[in-house]
Amino acid sequence: MIIQDSKVLLEVRGLRASVNGTEVLKGVDFTVRYGEVHAIMGPNGSGKSTFSKVLAGHKAYEITGGSVLFDGKDLFALEPEERARAGVFLAFQYPIEIPGVGNGQFLRLAYNTLQTRRGHEELDPLEFDDFVREKMKLLEMNPDFLDRSVNEGFSGGEKKRNEILQMAILEPRLAILDETDSGLDIDALRIVAQGVNHLTNKNNATIMVTHYQRLLNYIVPDFVHVMEAGRIIKSGGKELAQELESRGYDWIQPDLDVNSQPKATARIVA
Amino acid sequence: MSAVLQNIINQPYKHGFVTDIESDVMAKGLDENTIRMISSKKNEPAWLLDFRLKCYAAWLKMEEPTWANVHHPKIDYQAISYYAAPKKKAKLKSMDEVDPELLRTFEKLGVPLHERMALAGVAVDVIFDSVSVTTTYKARLAEAGVIFCSMSEAVHEHPELVQKYLGTVVPTGDNFYAALNSAVFTDGSFCYIPKGVKCPMDLSTYFRINTEESGQFERTLIIAEEGASVTYLEGCTAPAFSSNQLHAAVVELVALDNAEIKYSTVQNWYAGDENGIGGIYNFVTKRGLCKGVNSRISWTQVETGAAITWKYPSVVLLGDNSVGEFYSVAVTNNYQQADTGTKMIHIGKNTRSTIVSKGISAGHSNNSYRGLVKISPTAEGARNYSQCDSMLIGEHSGAHTFPYMQVRNKSAKVEHEASTSKIGEDQMFYFAQRGIDAEAAVSMIINGFCKDVFQQLPLEFAVEATNLLSYKLEGSVG
Repeated sequence: MIIQDSKVLLEVRGLRASVNGTEVLKGVDFTVRYGEVHAIMGPNGSGKSTFSKVLAGHKAYEITGGSVLFDGKDLFALEPEERARAGVFLAFQYPIEIPGVGNGQFLRLAYNTLQTRRGHEELDPLEFDDFVREKMKLLEMNPDFLDRSVNEGFSGGEKKRNEILQMAILEPRLAILDETDSGLDIDALRIVAQGVNHLTNKNNATIMVTHYQRLLNYIVPDFVHVMEAGRIIKSGGKELAQELESRGYDWIQPDLDVNSQPKATARIVA
Repeated sequence: MSAVLQNIINQPYKHGFVTDIESDVMAKGLDENTIRMISSKKNEPAWLLDFRLKCYAAWLKMEEPTWANVHHPKIDYQAISYYAAPKKKAKLKSMDEVDPELLRTFEKLGVPLHERMALAGVAVDVIFDSVSVTTTYKARLAEAGVIFCSMSEAVHEHPELVQKYLGTVVPTGDNFYAALNSAVFTDGSFCYIPKGVKCPMDLSTYFRINTEESGQFERTLIIAEEGASVTYLEGCTAPAFSSNQLHAAVVELVALDNAEIKYSTVQNWYAGDENGIGGIYNFVTKRGLCKGVNSRISWTQVETGAAITWKYPSVVLLGDNSVGEFYSVAVTNNYQQADTGTKMIHIGKNTRSTIVSKGISAGHSNNSYRGLVKISPTAEGARNYSQCDSMLIGEHSGAHTFPYMQVRNKSAKVEHEASTSKIGEDQMFYFAQRGIDAEAAVSMIINGFCKDVFQQLPLEFAVEATNLLSYKLEGSVG
């Protein structure tokens, strides 16, 4: 949802990052305001996933230039767990398995850690159980999930639902969904999208990183950006995604001034 | 490995202080005279001196075992003092007469000697260097007919029991370290549960080595008569010295018909510093004999300390339908080495054994599981299930599994499962991305990994073990 004069939540300027000495992000500019839903599309290896991980603070990536302000504060001054507590959430493309750690226990620790930071009361196991079961209904998840180890033996779809469940519990200000549609059948995709749509409001924003347009039929973005070779080369409204779907990535002519997005496009769409 | 993980697993040792207490330390060195001196200091009967000398003679002909996956400079057995005891002027009549310095030591260690003990309802025998300092709760146990005292006392008060069972489970020539222990053991705990008695409280022994260059050679003997049952807990710590101390204990358990012994250890000997200097050589022989039908012996161990651990708590399943269990968590860090596991020797019919071993290796440490499941031709219908899981933290640690199986009865069923996992950067990142800091993450992963073993510990020990692991593998994160 585009809100007139909405506050800037995320401001990325000239962001450069490398992994193992290879530069993957080569000057990304990107602005997200409260209430907005953005999609970042692009071919494999364009830097989309790197961008999500860099925002979340993965240690494998070295920041070599540029700046990121989150709610006006330097994001890179925060450790990954501090970013999470400040409201940055990454729904992983490949959620990792953590054998032996109960999913319910894990969710409760994450939730209570955040509650404490926000100055709220923690929930005891029984209260949390009620709370989380309510959220699970939204994603049509079986309560058995709580007793299983985190992501262990989950199908691809179950893992993705579990990610969105965490988003529902932690209520982040900025949710980054990294290829959330990959590995989902059509029913699962609908449920996951429903969950995300239910969670988006004027007090948060969402960035979807995706290869395909399919997800965007269910979660309709306000803005679509095309990333290639470590830069955002084109930005537009939701119709840009449809164009990409029918014509592929090859036809794109980079915007003349890549630094001017997305404000310029925002006006066009609005 | 990230600096965060490094910090978490490198925590200083809390029990590394030395108690300044007057000690009676015997000159270093070992020969027949040393053994006669120990025996005379303890005013022992002739049969025990004979037992010691026989074992010494056997030991002289034996070689140190070299098959374990551990490496250390040759131990000079002449450079060890074989007896060290806090000096005492007269026999103590009550706890109030115990050297306050000693009491403070145990307080620091968290051993509940006074009221706390009454609340916990645990009877504690405390071994300080070589001698037993105090055994609490004797009166209440005596009412139930349970004997729980130091080995020295048992030798004088209950010689017939000691003589009947000593060396019957771990015989004289069993192995190098056991033979050495048999020759020079100075004290230990003795426990006897009479027929049909369920021990009214958990029994516990706390071991502490305090003197540099002294060895600790304790001997524990537990006998559960027909239909008796007991839960026994054992804890250990030592000060931080730059030299290595030898700890060569022997524990023998005997369970008669329908008897049950549950033996739990939380071992936290000094492990040496981050460069592998100092620490205890923990070369221990523990074995239980399920002598009677339907008897059950269960070992649970949480091994976190010691520079080198060489230890295989085993069960000989002689009685038909008897059950042996081994639940183990072994954690190694820095340059620690652990070669630990069990032996399950099935002789009786329909005997069953379960082995659950969890090894966690961090730093440059090496952690090996070594286990033998032996099914004798007589062990009709025997069953074994073994599960050995290893977890690696960092890039330089090693995990090894050496399972041996000898099955000589066709009706037997033996199962073995093994896995190796790693706490990876990506797992840590996943926790961090959900706002959970590294300490809590590692603690959660480790506790999840060890869950099957911790469940076997008595509650207060489970809490201690969880804290100990947290403390060893967690800490201040920068």
